[in-house]
Amino acid sequence: MGKAPERKTVRLKTPVTDEALAALELGDVVYLDGLIYTAREGVYKKILADGAAPPAPFAELGNVNFHCSPAAAKQEDGSLKVSAVTATASFRFSKWMKDWFKASGAKMVIGKGGMSEEDYKNLFVPAGAVYLTTVGYGTGALLGRGIRQVKAAHWLDELGIAQAMWVLEVEKFGPLLVESDHAGNSLFERNNREINAGIDKLYEGLKKPSLQRFGETDDREQELI
Amino acid sequence: MISKEAAEQAAYEIMFKAGIDIPDDYLAGIKGMAAAEDGDLSAFVLEAMLENYEAASEDRRPMCADTGVPRYYVKAGNEAKIEGGFIALEQALRSATARATHDIPLRPNRVHPLWRTDHNNNIGINAPEIEYSFEPDADWVDITTVHKGGLFGTDYRMLFPGDGIDGIKRFFLDGMIAFGKRGLACQPAIVGVGLGGSKDTCMVLGKQAACLRTVGDRNPDPEIAALELELQELGNSIGMGAMGFVGKSMVVDCHIEAGYTHTGGMPMSLHAFCLSSRRATVRLHADGRAEFRTDPNWFTPYMRRETVSWEKPQSARQSA
Repeated sequence: MGKAPERKTVRLKTPVTDEALAALELGDVVYLDGLIYTAREGVYKKILADGAAPPAPFAELGNVNFHCSPAAAKQEDGSLKVSAVTATASFRFSKWMKDWFKASGAKMVIGKGGMSEEDYKNLFVPAGAVYLTTVGYGTGALLGRGIRQVKAAHWLDELGIAQAMWVLEVEKFGPLLVESDHAGNSLFERNNREINAGIDKLYEGLKKPSLQRFGETDDREQELI
Repeated sequence: MISKEAAEQAAYEIMFKAGIDIPDDYLAGIKGMAAAEDGDLSAFVLEAMLENYEAASEDRRPMCADTGVPRYYVKAGNEAKIEGGFIALEQALRSATARATHDIPLRPNRVHPLWRTDHNNNIGINAPEIEYSFEPDADWVDITTVHKGGLFGTDYRMLFPGDGIDGIKRFFLDGMIAFGKRGLACQPAIVGVGLGGSKDTCMVLGKQAACLRTVGDRNPDPEIAALELELQELGNSIGMGAMGFVGKSMVVDCHIEAGYTHTGGMPMSLHAFCLSSRRATVRLHADGRAEFRTDPNWFTPYMRRETVSWEKPQSARQSA
């Protein structure tokens, strides 16, 4: 270990400020302190489509939205035990984000795999928001260590453990990588472009299978998300 | 006679071991890849994962919060006797799953596909899956649990004999590139390839190849063993590493399992067992002893037999 070059590492307090976000560069390592909350399709649907009021004012929930479902269980005394937390793939939630930014004032989204550069430019940049990706993706134990306290699990009975809105007090919560910056650039897509340049060569000389498949694309430079 | 209490307790314990402790063979494989990785971001990710494995073991918390869909593989010796029979064993495995889900805790991932009903214990219709195999001249029962995620990194294709090795390589590359971007497959992975069988067998073989063989293990058929290494190298030459960042850490090992198939076809399946490759095995002996290990030793010579009757090892291609 210890072979990878040192990366610029930043510790941010939540709620995150515009100034702090503007200073983030693609590939920076971020650790968070303060409150974060989880929200994914269950919460989005409830608040944005069904019109439910948020379970607490967003001023109290903070402005960091984690796409996550924790490994958690209700204890006999009614308390909640969270052992590990890992993000879930965010691309599925892109259709909710515009309205979510408007409703919640979120400035930071944490998840797995990011969204498209198009989404960043069209949805994130106008909202002044950035995307941080979890690492691995299996750093569930490290992220679990960063949770100081479960402040609340809203709609737990109704939405279940995976979809409930968990409010977590965190300390040195990370590592997270800056995937989109203030201008809407994507670290993943920057890497994709570099990798795509070598893909044709891999297929050189390999004959095509005799039976083709229906599919949306034969262009392997495209992503399937 | 193996008691049902012993079976339940042992199954409960391997749920903890699988969810928390990364198997040594996989850990060694990732350490090797981390040392060789020259992509900065990919190397950073691998180092974070190595730290994460340590944190999980130290804290006794799951290494990944997507604790997969826990399932079991049972290999029963032909002479093994279980108190209450296999119905009691299945009951024990369901009970151990529910208890461990609450006590570790694991994420209750299992829901009804349509109604999304969640019993919060990873138990439901056809869940957890329990697959069986048998072993001659043995009175023990091996129980292996595998906790594997399941959204990305798996595919199936009907290839034909004329497509040959080219077809296999293309489909392998297709899967690695499609699911490797942004690291959806959570690579570097143990990639299992199923070749042949019927479609269902093909999927099962590929999954078992990924989940039930250790890093460094080779297929006893020397030509298949060579193809395993060739596919591994091919995957690592894409230019992609952990999380889809520029690098070369895609495939920590490739395992191929073959099954005799329809004369006209060459079906192929792909399965990626992720950076949290979670498996643990216990052997229950008739005298009550429980021995724990991380190598399921699922593909025994008996499993891969090719002829009408079974003969003891050292026969056929086992010595290869």
